[in-house]
Order: sequence, then structure tokens, then C-alpha cells
Amino acid sequence: MSVQQQALPLSGFASPDTGRYRGDHLLVAEMVERGSKVLDVGCGDGDLLLLLESRGIDGRGIELSREGVNHCVAKGLAVVQGDADTDLVNYPDDAFDYVILSQTLQATRRPRLVLENLLRIGRRAIVSFPNFGFWKMRLQLLVGGHMPRTENLPATWYDTPNIHFCTIKDFVQLCDEINVKMERAVALDLYGRPLRLNAPWWFWNMFGEQGVFLLSRAEKGR
Amino acid sequence: MVNVQSIPSPAIHSEERAHEADHPSSHVALFGAEQPLKLDCGIDLSPFQIAYQTYGQLNAERSNAILIFHALTGDQHVANIHPVTGKLGWWETMVGPGRPLDTDRYFIICSNVIGGCMGSTGPASTNPATGKVWGLDFPIITIPDMVRAQAMLIDRLGIDTLFCAVGGSMGGMQALQWTAAYPTRVFSALPVACSTRHSAQNIAFHELGRQAVMADPDWRGGRYFEQGTDPHRGLGVARMAAHITYLSDAALHRKFGRRMQDRDLPTFSFDADFQVESYLRYQGSSFVERFDANSYLYLTRAMDYFDIAADHDGVLAEAFRGIQTRLCVVSFTSDWLFPTSESRAIVHALNASGARVSFAEIETDRGHDAFLLDVPEFFDISRAFLESAGAARGLTRNGG
Repeated sequence: MSVQQQALPLSGFASPDTGRYRGDHLLVAEMVERGSKVLDVGCGDGDLLLLLESRGIDGRGIELSREGVNHCVAKGLAVVQGDADTDLVNYPDDAFDYVILSQTLQATRRPRLVLENLLRIGRRAIVSFPNFGFWKMRLQLLVGGHMPRTENLPATWYDTPNIHFCTIKDFVQLCDEINVKMERAVALDLYGRPLRLNAPWWFWNMFGEQGVFLLSRAEKGR
Repeated sequence: MVNVQSIPSPAIHSEERAHEADHPSSHVALFGAEQPLKLDCGIDLSPFQIAYQTYGQLNAERSNAILIFHALTGDQHVANIHPVTGKLGWWETMVGPGRPLDTDRYFIICSNVIGGCMGSTGPASTNPATGKVWGLDFPIITIPDMVRAQAMLIDRLGIDTLFCAVGGSMGGMQALQWTAAYPTRVFSALPVACSTRHSAQNIAFHELGRQAVMADPDWRGGRYFEQGTDPHRGLGVARMAAHITYLSDAALHRKFGRRMQDRDLPTFSFDADFQVESYLRYQGSSFVERFDANSYLYLTRAMDYFDIAADHDGVLAEAFRGIQTRLCVVSFTSDWLFPTSESRAIVHALNASGARVSFAEIETDRGHDAFLLDVPEFFDISRAFLESAGAARGLTRNGG
């Protein structure tokens, strides 16, 4: 694999915020520079946006459910009801410093197109997704012979919104294919804690419950 | 001969309406020769007056004022008994103590638009130069003209910045125009079921309505006041056609289906056999009691001309560049007059200009009129938006 995993400063985990926010949110927030402009695609109830705004970041959101939009608006957030598959095309180039897609890529109809749009709209993208190569998934298929269900992905195969599962390995391969530069990569375990940084990719692909990637556009002509 | 039944004559006489046009049962702000209203058509309208209602108290900081904009056939009587019809205000569900537009917290203003017929200067008003009703001598007005007049009223009331600009349909157009024209004077805006430009289909419906009015022999080239006639049939037909566009197929079906009106069998006539016919005729006849036909022509025209982007080389985002106003745009799924796609276009432009905008599409089968009806999801988002904007504005619970 051509891309190296890189070290990530994880000072956020030691901050007093820790208890109030989700582990993956703190990790994402650590990746965003202060004073930047961020679009959170699939922002849910706006918890990540609130965390970002508390750190002086100008945040905007897109959320599919009206209830989610309502919760966000009540928190004073600027959130638009919309869909990653259909609405990202309407945002102009370079509108944001970062575009975040948290646990949503696997639920889009055209993940590759969505990924390309993220990096058109934003100079950088932060993408997190459940790793289908996680050992619990593999074990359920191998031994149980049924579609995997986990604590974080409890839906049955017939009612899951997740239609495009991938492994960390698959995702890295896609980034290579569409000429996306991976600036940072982190794998989190089932409890949202980062795995050892010096672990090999196969270890991440086996023991990472989710992957979090900071991406940017590769230089042209490479 | 087959039995025919047309729209009945209005129960309320036109004199009563005419009186309300010059001497409204509202507050009136008079603007004399030294303060003309500069209209887009190039004419300075002077003197002119604005009729308005207020609810709640302006706080000491003058920071809690909400300006509500009424729709095409609405007026300033938002939350009080209407002086002509005796009915409740048109937005009682939204405005009042504890309601989303909480009169215990906010100072709420609604003015009759310029060109209207409920006390702001319009074609039904008396032209001071001639002593006669303006009629078609009244200059063509636009949505920006209405907004310019409102800004003069807000100046007169000593308010520098509105806490919020709120309106649906034509009212939403005014909220957007306020935001584009006076971005530093609008802290937040809630444009509902509207658009930044009137669509071809909507212009077509308006033209249908205008032609219905003008085809009525009682219209008399717009001089019906002087000639003692009332084009209530033409205006009634215009209202009936327009009213269909405010509803939806699903809502009409749910409300009326093919049910008969006070009969079990068809009468084999052009009588109002179906409930939906009877309902539309009622809508037509009750409308003409309170609305002036010429005013209907002028206001529909103002909506037709509305196109914010046109003033910015066709680039809508330019109209909103750099604005600090917080916006919440709301649309309704079954609204086919101002469909969600129109609201999305507003949101895309606002996003492109970097504005702080939220957007929600409310699921309902009640069509365009949903913004006037009891739709809890709409109240929820409005309340959520105003409360968070109020917190950002430093407004406290007791209106301070």
C-alpha cells in the first residue's frame, strides 16, 4: 500500500471536554484548524458542529432528517435539510476549508462521486466510516454465516440504510484510484479509542472498528 | 334552460372597503412631500401613508422588533379581529403570547403593503392631487418598493435593526428583499414558502386572475368606484383560480373528494352540486367583500416582476454576498406554487455567498397554504430558530 499511516496529535483526548463528546468527534475536531470553515455532511443532532463552534470554527451542516435539522436549528446551528448524494453538487468549489462526512459514506448511493464532491467543495475532507473488515464482522460471516451486526451497526440486512460497506483497505485503494492524498489516518477500536499508530495496515483492517481519514487533493499531474 | 348559479354579490358594500383604504382601523404613518417613496418605475410617490399594527412591547434596547410581511391577499391584521370581516387575524396560530412569534417577548409589527387596500397608499386610496380614487393612475409598484416603504416606517418607529423579518409567499419575498437590500438592518430572517423570483407558471396564474378581473364589465377600465359598480364576479373568479393553486390535489381530495353539497343526486345543472364547487364559490365571494380588484392587479404584478438576481447580473449569490443575517428557509412538500426546488435555489445561493442559512422542508399535504395553517412541525422549526437567534441577539425571556 502506497500511503503511510501518520501520527496524529491526540491532545483532545486529554482535554476536559472528553466526557461530553463522542471519541470520534473529538478526533475529528483535533484535525480541524481553528478559525476554519467547515461543512458537516450528515450532521445529525449537531453535536460535532457544536463541538467545532465551541473551538472557534465556523460550522455548517447538511442533514437528511427534519427532526435532526430542527434539533440543530434549536442549537443555533446553520443546517440545511438535504442529501449527500443529491445536494453536494450544488455547493461551489472551495466553499469550505474542511468537509466532514461522518459515518455516512457507506449509506450513500455513489460513494466515489460523494468523495470527489467533498474534495471539490472543501480543500480537505475528513471521512469516517465503519470498517467492514473488522474481526467481528469477518467472524460473523465466517462462522455464523449471516450478515454481520454489531453494537454500532445493529440493523438487519433488509432494513439497513448502509448499502455500500467497505473495509479500510478498500477505502485506501479508492483514495489511490481517484488521486486523493491521505494526510492522516486513524483506526478506532469498538470503544472509539485509536489503535496503536505503528500497527501495520492489516492490523488496522482487522482490529479497527472504524477508520477516520483526513484527505486532501493530490497535486495535479501526479 | 339549465339552472345557473354564479358568485353572489358581496354582503359588505364597497363604501366600507373604500373607507378602510383611506382611514384604516390601524396606526397610520404619514409621509409628506419631504419624504417621497422612490419607486422602481421612476416615480416619486408623495404624499403616502402606511397602515400598520403592532403587538407586544419594544424593549429598551430596541432590539426585539419582528417585522411580519403579509402575503398577496393578506393585510396588517395579523392577530386581531379584522375590521371589515370580523374574523380572527390571519396568523393567530403563529402570533400571540407563548406562540412561536411570542408577543410576550418580541415587539411585532405588520404593515399593509404599498399598493394594498387596507390603509397603506394604493390604487383604492384617494389621490390627493385629484380628490378621486387612484385606480389605474396609481404607479406600478414592486416588491423592493414595498420594502423601501417598510424601511421608512421602521425608521419612523426609531428601530435601527430588526430582530427578525418573517413572511410567507409574497411575505417571504419581502423577507428576502429586506435581507438583500438592508443586510445590516436584519439580524435574522425567516422566509417561508417563497422564491427569489416569480416562476413562469406563477406569472401565468396571475395573468389569468388579472384577465378575469378586467373581463368583468363592472371593472370599467378600473374606474368602478366613480361609476358605482363593483367587479366582484371577475375578482371572485380570480380568487377561485388562485385558491386552487394554494391547495393540493391530496388536500382537495381529503377535504371534499367527490362529495355532493346538501344533496344526494346530481341536479343536472350548473348549480354547485359538488362540495368543492361550493367551497370555491364561498372563497371567491368572501374574498371580494374585503379586497379591492385594482389592488389585486397591482400586487400580483409586483410579484411577477420580482427577481432578486436580476439586479445582480443574474447571479443570486451576489445579492447576499457578505451578509451577516441568520436565515431559516422553510418549504412544504406539497406546495406546487412555490415548490421546495425554489427554496433550495435560495439556499444554494445563500450557501454560495457564505451566509448562515438553515433550511427545512415540512412534510404536509396541505399545499402552499400550509404556512397559514396549524402545522406543528412548522411552528417547531420557527420557534427553534427564533429562540436560538434570540439567544444570539441577547434577548431574555421577559423581552428585555
